Amino acid sequence: MPTESISGKMKNSNLTGWALASPLMLVLLVFLVAPIIMIVVVSFWGATEWSIYPAFLFDNYEFLLTSDVTYRVFLNTFKYAFITWVCTLLIGFTVAYFLAFHIRTLTWQIALFLLCTIPFLTSNIIRMISWIPFLGRNGIANSTLISMGVIEEPLEWLLFSDFSVILAFVHLYTLFMVVPIFNTMMRIDKSLIEASVDAGATGWQTLWHVIIPLTKPGIMIGTIFVVALVMGDFITVRFMSGSQSANMGRLIQNDIALLQYPSASATAVILLITVLILIGTLLRFVDIRKEL
Amino acid sequence: MTTISKVRYSRRSILKSGGAAVAAAALPAPMVWGQETKNITLRQFGTGVSNLNDVALKVKEDLGFNLEMTALDTDSVTQRAATQPNSFDIADIEYFICKKVWAAGNLQAMDTSKIAQYDNIAGTFRSGLLTPESTIAQGTAPHTVGFTTGVNGTKFVQEESGWMTLIPTIYNADTLGIRPDLIGRPINNWSELLNPEFKGKASILDISSIGIMDMALVVESMGEYTYPDKGNMTREEIDLTLGIFTEAKKNGQFRAFWKSFDESVNLMASGEVVIQSMWSPAITAVRSQGIPCVYQPLEEGYRSWGGGLGLSASLSGIELDAAYEYINWYLSGWVGGYLMRQGYYSAVPSTSKEFMSEDEWGYWYEGKASKGDIVSPTGAKLAGPGEVRDGGSFLDRMGSVVCWNSVMDENQYMVRKWNEFIAA
Repeated sequence: MPTESISGKMKNSNLTGWALASPLMLVLLVFLVAPIIMIVVVSFWGATEWSIYPAFLFDNYEFLLTSDVTYRVFLNTFKYAFITWVCTLLIGFTVAYFLAFHIRTLTWQIALFLLCTIPFLTSNIIRMISWIPFLGRNGIANSTLISMGVIEEPLEWLLFSDFSVILAFVHLYTLFMVVPIFNTMMRIDKSLIEASVDAGATGWQTLWHVIIPLTKPGIMIGTIFVVALVMGDFITVRFMSGSQSANMGRLIQNDIALLQYPSASATAVILLITVLILIGTLLRFVDIRKEL
Repeated sequence: MTTISKVRYSRRSILKSGGAAVAAAALPAPMVWGQETKNITLRQFGTGVSNLNDVALKVKEDLGFNLEMTALDTDSVTQRAATQPNSFDIADIEYFICKKVWAAGNLQAMDTSKIAQYDNIAGTFRSGLLTPESTIAQGTAPHTVGFTTGVNGTKFVQEESGWMTLIPTIYNADTLGIRPDLIGRPINNWSELLNPEFKGKASILDISSIGIMDMALVVESMGEYTYPDKGNMTREEIDLTLGIFTEAKKNGQFRAFWKSFDESVNLMASGEVVIQSMWSPAITAVRSQGIPCVYQPLEEGYRSWGGGLGLSASLSGIELDAAYEYINWYLSGWVGGYLMRQGYYSAVPSTSKEFMSEDEWGYWYEGKASKGDIVSPTGAKLAGPGEVRDGGSFLDRMGSVVCWNSVMDENQYMVRKWNEFIAA
């Protein structure tokens, strides 16, 4: 083949590549990049009772970054994210492990996997709110424990507490951990496990030295899902804490409800930066692209 | 257009001479309205208190046009009135919201000469005086934001100018709701909300303009501070008020905060909370489940609120005529009677009376003992024979109002501090 024709083709395929990518790029520009730029811009604006006006003010950031409430709320947001992450990881990993290695036939694996998704056929708000009568002072949990003689007085901390918030998070988001972990586990070459057993490794050693390293990308994807969901949530925190606890999402929600869009935007920008740093750090550990 | 205005004129004259009830009964809707009204749809939004489907059905029956209702929580109502002027024709908002959003220019004032019952609207909404001897309570009293200079007026005026910002429809005197069966002793003061006896069993509403007034009443009742004007606090006063409540929150005084009506009902009915800020129909809703609940009159008095209908600035022509017709219908008694039987007051009590039985009027308005069962508009039993309304008669209750839901000069500061209180 003559040289010019090759370079021509190269050029051509380069162009085709750009052309093929452009619809997606356009969609992302319009629906992702533009709104984020808008939020950043508005975060410097000023607000009155009923309107916002263009300006270049640092008031919103100043108020946000100088209030110790902000830092406590930040800490709280991280606390929810971390505890939820640990719980969903333990449960999610166990469930995925059971499905991938203990269920022998593909039919059963699929059937049980679908079973896991059944709760998702109802709205997550309903799944969350149904905890409220269950955990309440005179709820099913307390009355059962009392009638069993385990406790004398109803447990107050079951509802409208950090416990109930995290319980709801774990309940809502564990599946986001199960799916990617299960997915990577299914791709593990079974002969590697046989080799490990043949080499004399115990079950725990195989788990620790073979399965977990190979499942890391799945764990990482699940982690990103869970952390992003929990850090951005506001409705679970609102309902399950009885509006008594706050995370960043609640701050933003309150600001929006009170028409303070610039201040809400500033909070959103700070939250976005935090989550990006967090995910950036996570991606340093594992190259998930390799696994997709 | 011409048909409509002619028809409206004839209906108006009958209303004036014959009285609302007679007119409504004697004139079946299709005769009054031309065919084109069938295609008119008015979009109304407001809080759940008065956005009732029964009202929309009755409008269709009586006036022939469609009324689309959207019920939102108080903050969303404010948001929509301020930011989405094209999403509604009629705004059913509270007076303090009016103070916040009027300057946004999304509403137009109403010509009071087109309001048939204007002269019968309760004094609270016109001169500000319930009776000639009354004193005006602190806070955003409705008459202070009820009038403006003209159809596009931007400033509020303090006298009856002939241009109303909102046509008052509904109001009430609010106090604390309690579960007498779980408390077991008399409650007489606002300060009981922060009484350690109810640790983990109290609640307050998470709507800043309303909640701050409840807080102020509690702070005064505790003897911590007496505000020169609790409806218009200084920054120091806001800090002090929220400081006391933040401390109580950290000590675990509150079980939860509520934002929507049904949350308050659930908290009370489930026994999670035994004392909290509450709205009258929420008490009704708890009681209709057979659970004892009292809207406790307190020595310091009531916090009051009022709502009204505002017209979107974009309304004109036939829709504007229909909106006026709807407002006149609203004040003509049927809705008033419906709302009064839920425990609210209507802006024109005299017309509502015609849509209530003598016993209902006696119980709800005059504070008399009921003769038979008192039932809600939806048929649930609220009180048996011989029972008396909590707080007594209209004049007893509205006469003991000490403040109104408020928007202060330092509102933005208050809102930020409120946000911190919720997050603390």
